[in-house]
Amino acid sequence: MIKGRYDRIFDIVNYLIMIAVCAIVVIPLIFILANSFSSPDLVYFGEVRLIPKGFTLATYKQVITYDDYAILNGFKNTIIYTFFGTLISMTLTFLAAYPLSRKDLKGRGLFMTLFVITMFFNGGLIPTFLVVKSLGLYNRMLGVILPGALSVYNMIIVRTYMQSSIPYELQEAAMIDGCSNFRLFLVIILPLCKPMIAIMVLFYAVGYWNSYYNALIYLQDEAREPIQIVLRRLFSQTKSGGLSTGNTSTSGTELAKQAEAMQYAVIVVAMAPILCIYPFLSKYFERGLMVGSLKG
Amino acid sequence: MQVNEQKTAAMAEEGAGAKKESAVENAAKTVARTPRRNKKRWYTNLDLYLMLLLPVAYVLIFHYAPMYGVIIAFKDYSAGRGIWASPWVGFKHFAAFFEQPDFWVLVKNTLIVSIYSLILYTIVPIVFGLLLFEVPNKAAKRVVQTVTYAPYFISGVIVCSMCYSFLDADTGMLAQLFQALGAERTQYMYSTSAYYHVYVLSGLWQGLGWWSIIYVGTLSNVDPALHEAAIIDGANRFQRIIHINFPSILPVATIQFIMSVGNLMSIGFEKSWLLMNEQNKPAAKIIATYVYEISLKSTLKQFSMATAVGLFNSFINIILLIAANFLSKRVSETSLW
Repeated sequence: MIKGRYDRIFDIVNYLIMIAVCAIVVIPLIFILANSFSSPDLVYFGEVRLIPKGFTLATYKQVITYDDYAILNGFKNTIIYTFFGTLISMTLTFLAAYPLSRKDLKGRGLFMTLFVITMFFNGGLIPTFLVVKSLGLYNRMLGVILPGALSVYNMIIVRTYMQSSIPYELQEAAMIDGCSNFRLFLVIILPLCKPMIAIMVLFYAVGYWNSYYNALIYLQDEAREPIQIVLRRLFSQTKSGGLSTGNTSTSGTELAKQAEAMQYAVIVVAMAPILCIYPFLSKYFERGLMVGSLKG
Repeated sequence: MQVNEQKTAAMAEEGAGAKKESAVENAAKTVARTPRRNKKRWYTNLDLYLMLLLPVAYVLIFHYAPMYGVIIAFKDYSAGRGIWASPWVGFKHFAAFFEQPDFWVLVKNTLIVSIYSLILYTIVPIVFGLLLFEVPNKAAKRVVQTVTYAPYFISGVIVCSMCYSFLDADTGMLAQLFQALGAERTQYMYSTSAYYHVYVLSGLWQGLGWWSIIYVGTLSNVDPALHEAAIIDGANRFQRIIHINFPSILPVATIQFIMSVGNLMSIGFEKSWLLMNEQNKPAAKIIATYVYEISLKSTLKQFSMATAVGLFNSFINIILLIAANFLSKRVSETSLW
């Protein structure tokens, strides 16, 4: 294709826009990283730009030891929430998706409606809270996981994928050979759904890792707090300057300086795990979302 | 990956081909009424229903039971009596809410935040998707995509913390940038006038790349023959974007828009709550934060009142959803139902 002058100008402008958008995304992240490794004095006076100044790891040490290792405890809890939450969510999603992908299932439309309605209607904060409480799940780890464990939107994506990329004839052939539906699901369907499984694990795991709301509503006990709640607490304490390091000899300004630097280290600590695994999985996103957008 | 994609594509094609065949076969079979086919009743799929049992039980308990619980909006709920035995009071709680001095402020804030985000989050990802698709170099495209999707995976807590850090008048990078450009020294996080922009623009920073995925994906399915024909007719890049690419993503964009309207009033609790402080509260408080504040957050625990307010919120939302769907059906013939 021969490009006209107009097209070349278009390309240049377009590249500039793309570079600008990427810069807007990346610069804040680099800024945070640089500040978290810098000396609190320089951070406090806004001296640090994109390269650490007065390199130190002391801020990280402070963040980790803060409030009797609350961060580490939060990490531990979040790993538990993420692992079991993802397991439960995946089970519910795939158990619902497969039968609903089968055209020969009687009452399929009815079941589908039952699920879809929940996408647009819900009882709201208090009625849901009362149900969780009456089940004895308040202040339990399961109580943080279960409300919101099944995303109907994800379930529809999986169902559509099963319908559109696994030929029904293959399943029929297996059934004629005497394979039960359940075995069919485990032995044939699930292995064929590998890319979908990868996408869904990612969606759910990130959701649980970042989740704040459920713990805010259904949890009281500090020992079970997920990382996001701990971060929020740490952050609002450093922001209001009410930081207690237990060290009485440090002056007010010293504390304010430390608090300022800690904010950045806290952000890095919380973001790092997700952003580290993210590049390896990003290739799946587009396909996953595209399949889901098909109306089926 | 490449191989994998081809495989799936091939499989999908096979599937489509086979579907046609099976339709013919099925028709033949219905005419012939083979006995084995006929025997297939619902109980042959018994194990499929068993599989559905768990998810169905789940939605009944965690979604439908709370819908029943909504009746406490019309009752004076007390924990001792439970949902059923608490006395009916009709629309008392709704009336009380409408008479609140805060009522209009809450409705206004909720609508401003929702509509402002709705407009920006619809238009900007479309424009970005159209432009991103035009990047000729595949590797460059991949890099831009990977970079711009990333913020979507950062938690709300972190994004709100970042807002506080970057907009701090003394140390924040953005606040300093604004001052260098001639703006007055402002504590943006503690100002009511800046609040809406902080809320919506930080959301855009987070979601822009992610929301554009669907458009980039849709564009890669556009028939290249359309573009070839347009080039022969002398259309330039910009004209082709406007007359070929834009119309081809319009149906998807419309569905996305209606879905966003459907969630219009239910978004935003977490973020509003995280961004809110005493100073910006007059702008930051929305219906959802009010519900939380008068119930779980308060010592009074006004459960019935909170439920009534939540129900009012959902009611407005449903009206908006129906209206958006109706309008879209009229204008573009694309609709959810």
